[in-house]
Formats: sequence, C-alpha cells, structure tokens
Amino acid sequence: MASIDLKRFHRAFFEESFEGLDIMEAGLLRLDPAQPDAETLNGIFRAAHSIKGGAGTFGFSGITDYTHVLEALLDEMRAGRRALNASDIDLLLRATDALRQLLVAARDEQPVDAALTEAVHAELTGCLHGEKAGAAAAPVAAKADAAEGWRMVFAPHAGLFMSGNDPLRILRELATLGDAKIDAVDAALPAFDALDPEQCCLSWKIDLRGAVSRDAIVDLFAWVEDECDLTIEALAAASVPASSVTPVAALPAAAPSKAATRPGADATSIRVSTSKIDAMIDLVGELVITQAMLQQQASHIDPAVAEALLQGLAQLDRHTRLLQEAVMSTRMLPVDAVFSRFPRVVHDLAGRLGKQVRLQTIGESTELDKSVIEKIADPLTHLVRNSLDHGIESEDARRAAGKDPAGTLTLRAAHQGGHIVIEVADDGAGLDRRRILAKAAERGLSCDASMTDSEVWQLIFAPGFSTAAQVTDVSGRGVGMDVVKRNIESLGGRVEIGSQTGRGTCVTIRLPLTLAIVDGMSVAVGNDVFILPLPAIIESLQPSADQVKRVAGQGQVARVRDEYVPLVALHDWFSLPARPRPVHEAILVIVEAEGHKLALQVDALVGQQQVVIKSLETHYKRVPGVSGATILGDGRVALIADVGEIVRLATRAAAA
Amino acid sequence: MEAASVHATPADTAEFLTFTLGGEEYGVDILKVQEIRGYDTVTRMPGAPDFMKGVINLRGTIVPVIDLRLKFGLGDANYDAFTVMVILNIGKRIVGMVVDSVSDVIELDPEEMRPAPEFGSSIDTRFITGLGTRDDRMLILLDIEKLLGSADIGLINAVVAQAA
Amino acid sequence: MSAEKILAVDDSASMRQMVAFTLRDAGFDVAEAADGQEALEMAQREPYRLVLCDVNMPRMDGISLVRELRQIPSYKFTPLLMLTTESGPEKKQEGKAAGATGWLVKPFNPEQLVATVQRVLG
Repeated sequence: MASIDLKRFHRAFFEESFEGLDIMEAGLLRLDPAQPDAETLNGIFRAAHSIKGGAGTFGFSGITDYTHVLEALLDEMRAGRRALNASDIDLLLRATDALRQLLVAARDEQPVDAALTEAVHAELTGCLHGEKAGAAAAPVAAKADAAEGWRMVFAPHAGLFMSGNDPLRILRELATLGDAKIDAVDAALPAFDALDPEQCCLSWKIDLRGAVSRDAIVDLFAWVEDECDLTIEALAAASVPASSVTPVAALPAAAPSKAATRPGADATSIRVSTSKIDAMIDLVGELVITQAMLQQQASHIDPAVAEALLQGLAQLDRHTRLLQEAVMSTRMLPVDAVFSRFPRVVHDLAGRLGKQVRLQTIGESTELDKSVIEKIADPLTHLVRNSLDHGIESEDARRAAGKDPAGTLTLRAAHQGGHIVIEVADDGAGLDRRRILAKAAERGLSCDASMTDSEVWQLIFAPGFSTAAQVTDVSGRGVGMDVVKRNIESLGGRVEIGSQTGRGTCVTIRLPLTLAIVDGMSVAVGNDVFILPLPAIIESLQPSADQVKRVAGQGQVARVRDEYVPLVALHDWFSLPARPRPVHEAILVIVEAEGHKLALQVDALVGQQQVVIKSLETHYKRVPGVSGATILGDGRVALIADVGEIVRLATRAAAA
Repeated sequence: MEAASVHATPADTAEFLTFTLGGEEYGVDILKVQEIRGYDTVTRMPGAPDFMKGVINLRGTIVPVIDLRLKFGLGDANYDAFTVMVILNIGKRIVGMVVDSVSDVIELDPEEMRPAPEFGSSIDTRFITGLGTRDDRMLILLDIEKLLGSADIGLINAVVAQAA
Repeated sequence: MSAEKILAVDDSASMRQMVAFTLRDAGFDVAEAADGQEALEMAQREPYRLVLCDVNMPRMDGISLVRELRQIPSYKFTPLLMLTTESGPEKKQEGKAAGATGWLVKPFNPEQLVATVQRVLG
C-alpha cells in the first residue's frame, strides 16, 4: 500500500495544538489550587493528551516524549491522586510555554532551545516521580522467545459476541502468524432448540508452528483476554517441521482509491482574512442598493400584472437584509478575544512585582467589531499594567491599610447604547492628587491647587506624564497614558478616569461597537439627507412656536419638558443654501453626547436604517461635524453627522 | 493612433485624454484616467468651495468631484446630458473631474509639445505642463497632480509628498 | 460492492482527518464526528459497520459513547474500536467493560490503522 504523506495533516495539527495550548493556559490560570474544578482539569488534560497523540501520529517524537510527562502529571491531578499547589500551576504554565516553543520550532522547522525545554522537562519529571515513582514506564521490548511453536486452548465466554468481537477473526489472524492447526471443540454446544445464536458456545484447540513470539500471540488475544479462557503452552521443539513458516506481518491492503477524498474541514470554525470579509461587506452593500433600486422601479408596476415579480422582489428584499446582517455579524467577536490574554499578563506581572492580585473579568461575551478588538488590546494592556504597578499596593501596605492582602483587578465589558464600555478597575491606593500636581508642575503643565479632582486626573493623560516614584520594568516603557488616550480617541472612543484615595482607580473606555456600521436615523434638511446615529438620539418632537426661545448672545434654546436645551439648525451648521422652515414646522431631534443635550432642527425624519460607514477621508478629507458617509438605497451618498463633535462645539459656543 | 505609434519612440511620446472646458481644449495624462462616466447626482459637502461639487458613490467608494469650470471661471457650469465626469486615479486618491465633454485620446511626440507661455490661457500656468499642438488644434496639458494638490483644493498633498 | 461505512470520532481535527483520509484512501466510506454526542446522534440516524473513537473528548467521552452504542439493538455486534494513547490497563478495562471490541494504541501509523480495520471487518 502506498504510504500516506502525513505532512498534509500538519497544518491542522499545529492549529489545533496552539488552540489546545491556549485552553491549557486559560485553564491553568483559572484553576484554584485549593479546589480544582474537575472539568477545567479535564479540559487541560484533554488538550495535552490530544497534542501528545497528534505529535506521536504525525512524527514529532520530541514533542510526544515531552508531553508524555506533562500528561502523566495532569492525569494524576485529574484523578485526584496528587494535591495541587500554586507552584505546580507555575510549573505547568512554564511547561505550557516550553511546549509552545517546541511546537513553534517543529512548525517552522527550526531548532529547539533545548536547554530551556530540557530544564522544564526535568522539573516535570522530578515533580512526577517525587511523589509517585514509575508512572511513566518505558514500553517493554518484546522478548524473543525461543519456542518452536505454541499450543493454545481458546475458550471464549458465551458473551464474546456482545463486544463486537469474533473468534473467527482471531483464528484467521493466528493463521497468518504461522502454520496453524485448528480443532473446534463443540462439547458445550446445546441441543439445537436450546441454541442461542447470540451466544458463543464453541471453543478451539490450536497448534501454531513457527518462529512466533508469545507476545505476538498474546497481542492477538488482547482485546478478548477478559472474555475467554486462554492457555498458551510451548510446543516440543522436536515436532516442528523445519521448512514451513515465514510470518506475514499484515494483510495487503485494498488498492487505494484513485480519487482521494479531501480531509473533512473542521466543523467549528475556519479562518478567513478580514479583507475577504470587507470585500463581502462592500458587495452586500452594493447588493442592497441594487435591490432598493429594483424596488423603486417596481413601485410603478401594476401589482395585478406582475404579482409573481413583486413577490420575488419582496423576498429578495428580505433575503438581502438578512444577508447583510449575517455578513456584518461575521466581523463581531466577543471581547474575550482580548480579555483572555490578561490572566497570564496579571499572573506573570503580579509574580514579578511580588503582589497578590486576583483578576476578575465580567461580560467577556460582549461582542464588538474585530477591528476595534485588535486596536484596544494595547491600550488595555497598558492600563492593566498600570493598575498592577502603580494602583495595587504591596501585600504589606494593604495589610497595614486593613485591606485584603490580595488586590482585585476587574475588567468589565458591557454594551451601553451603541457603545461598548470597558472598565479597568482596581481596589488599590487610588491616584495621589498631591503627587500628580507636583509632577505636573515639574513638567511645566498648566495646573493649580484649586483644580477639581477630575481635572487633576486628566493631567495624567498629558504627554510624557509619569508618576511612578521609580521607573519599573513593568510600566516604565515610554508608553504613557497620553498614547492610550490618543489610541482610544482615534477609534472614536473616550477615556475617563475615576479614583478614590485608598479605594482604587477605575478607567472607563467607551468605544463604538464597530467601525463599519451604525444604526442611523435619516433626516431631511432641505434637499439633503443626513444620518444621525441612533444611539445619540434621545427623542424627536415637533415643537410649538413658544417652545423655542432666543436667548441673547446664546442663540436659540428649546424647552424640552422642564429643561432648556441649546438648539442648532442643521441648515446653519452645515451652511446649506436651503432656508430653514419656521421652527414650529420643523422637527427637533434631541441628541446627547458627553453628558450634554442638544436640539437639532431638521425638516423631516425620513426613516431608520442600518448604514455602512464609508470613509470620506480615503479620497477626500475630514469634514468638521461629519464622521463619515454612507450610500442610500437610491445610490446617493449621505453624510453621517458626528453628533459628538457638533454637541461639543455647539455647547462650548453656548457656554462661552 | 496606430500610425502615430509607428514613427514615435515610446519613451518620449505620451498619450492624453482630451476634453473641453469652456471653449478651450485640454489634455490630461491618460495613465491618470480611470474611467469616464456621465454626470450623476452629487452630495454636497458642508463648508466646501463651490468648485467642490461634493461626493459621489463610485461602486461603494466615496469619491469627491470637482468642477474645473468653476475652479477656473470658464463659461457656464451647466449640467446636461453631455456633461461628463473624468474619474482620475492619482496615487491612491480617486477624484472626479467635471468637464463639458470628452473628445479624444491623442498621442503627442515631443516636438508637438511646448512649454507653457507665461499667459495665453485662463489657467494659472503652475498647473500646466505645456501646450500641445496637433494639426491646428491647441491643447492645454494639465498637471493634474499639482492642480489637485494646490492649497485651495488640497486633495492630494499627501500623495504628492509621498511620491516626491 | 459499495464501500463499508465507518464512523471516525475524535475531537482532534488533525487525528480525525488523518483517520478519515487514510481509511478513505483504503476504500472505506468514512463519516466524521467531533465528539461522542455527535457520533451517537449520527449512529442513531444510520448504521455504520465499524466505529473508531477517541477516549478523551468533550461533551461525551469515548467510553460513554461505546456504552450508549451498545444499547442500540443494531449496534449489538458492531465492532467498536477505541483510539487511545493510554496503554495503562484501566482505560482499556473501562472501555471493555462498556462494550468496546478493542483498541488501537496511539500513535499508530496509517498502515497499522488500515490493517486493523481490515482485520476487524474481515
């Protein structure tokens, strides 16, 4: 039989092995040594076990040997034969790292850093044998038996068939080992009418001549050794005919089929490049537009004449929208994709800083756009590092302050309107107002002692600001909070900071869910259509004439319930040529951003729709008050209003 | 064109798309032209000068459109069935340019191209690479990159800077 | 003669692919399942001549799968082979007690796999 090239399976093996390593790492970090969760331990074991199995099968014997010890250790823990302590988890984490190196080296066909993996391997072996010796027994080499042949009595138990075994198969195999003389013994066979065809009632006496090892025979019966009585005795040497036997190793295989079937793809997930998804999103966007155009054309057709056509169009409409939603959702990932890196970061950092830190994650399943996820990883890592380094105190300091010696770092994600809000909170010492002010003065930043707390906290976002008394190797890497802030703002997000002395610090990041779509309200202003992001809209209303007042020097305000809200006519804001209608014929859309409300005057509400955000800056430039553009159903371009910016500029003007 | 390519050395000749603006005939490097389409509804951009007509949807991409007639103050900028947009691809930018009509693609030999005189055209000579003559026609050859990168249009500063 | 249908069950995609590919290459018709639960549902829908299953799997492990399959009348005598790296006696014992026909110890090469399957199917 043509041997199969196992290389074709290597990619799948490496992919799932790296996934397995992630599972092991996450599991180990989750594991409470005092009360290990059985399912977590099982998961860790299974991952190691699969890597070992695959490595053996695909010819990476170095990895198999290495993983074997790891697996044996995990198996004992899993079976409860070994108590777990924190240093075991550390060791297992390092073992996981070393295994990753081995896999990377194997994948890239690079040499391995033997010193490192061997050290960990030795430690694992020491740990394994320290308490329970001999768990990893080397396979025993087959003994070379000198017998000329064997006499066997094989008496299956009546229930042998029930395990799917078949005595005939074993006899057939025996015959391939040498010259077999087989006699059936039917003494136990009942009368025909008492015969149960599902029971095995025969037994056999076999003489097998040839240079066959006893182990080879035992192997043949291995599957049924508990389901039969078996005796094996050596035959007298004299009775062996000299010429007879050449053992046959295995039956020849059937001819391989010509058209080899492709290996089945992994059913759970596939990797697709985002550029393909983006191309798909663009195409679906085009499809939506084409569909809308058809719909518009069809509105002139007499329904009585073209009923089937119109039905088809209605269906097309539905399917197009579903398709659009489905395609959009392919870009959404749970925030866990970035949270999952932090258990390790926290574990390692806390260890290095000699602090005790518990990590708590909440809302890991909150979904957001992949492009956003990728971009928040660095800022979040920086915030987590900051919290551990500067926020959470040393064990002694915490004890002295009457706090739990172990600090808690909480990562929390939640949807809030069209945003995702991510919090990095610690229960550490809180920000030190005096030190921040002193530092700011030293750096020449404008500040004074009368500033409110929140104004003082804002100072740490200033470029080059760092309050660490000494630069540690944890946070002192030149990346300041100013970079964090800039990165978040470039994603259309905001960073806020809250702190209480002795109680801790909480950094809140608000981000749009996606950079690609937004739920929008289309509004008409003259002949133009603008999109207002739905999440920013509180309500819309048709004002009566006396609801709108002109305030000297501050423009117009609208009384909405008992509140006076500054009013901006979009006509004026965007300097459109069309004259605004009198306000009592217009619509006011009340929007809110950054805690400020604003009434936007438009001519009419057109409708709600999800719109694909297109960049204006690719071929044009940034336009104040506009966050992007989208393509309407009729193919025209509509601008998306940047409500945050309009509110900021308008309320600032009003306040000035 | 076939005939022209026979007696010309490829290194020195250049092909131009010719079009009219007001009463004058202009040429633009054919390699910068992506496509030609009819004038379409344009979405106005807030705060933009009048020659910046706005943006259009070019197969899912938002592309700005400028009207050179307004930019240069040439004749009436009316929009009818013959009004045409030349879609230019310069560096990584795509820009639409409204013209009265598109005439031809011609190939010019070096001896058919002359440097731009100091005056004689309604257009600032900074944006002109030269004048082309063919038969009795005069062609104003536009330096489209410089034009679009000029301060008041400011569309391709980055691109020019990259190319430099 | 139509090809004999085999069900290959393993949570590791690379192992499953290797087993399936090898057996298909040898002329068998192979269906794949990623865990015991999926395999059980597939086995209930249509009969397989032989089931090869991994021991350690999420949702339903190989031993439970064997136990469940043996409860199905049409799988009373069907060869059920376990793919195991655990050469220790307990796992095999456990598997046998659940009704497994036998086992194949990983790592095995494609030739061993085909030879074993062909022996079992006669």
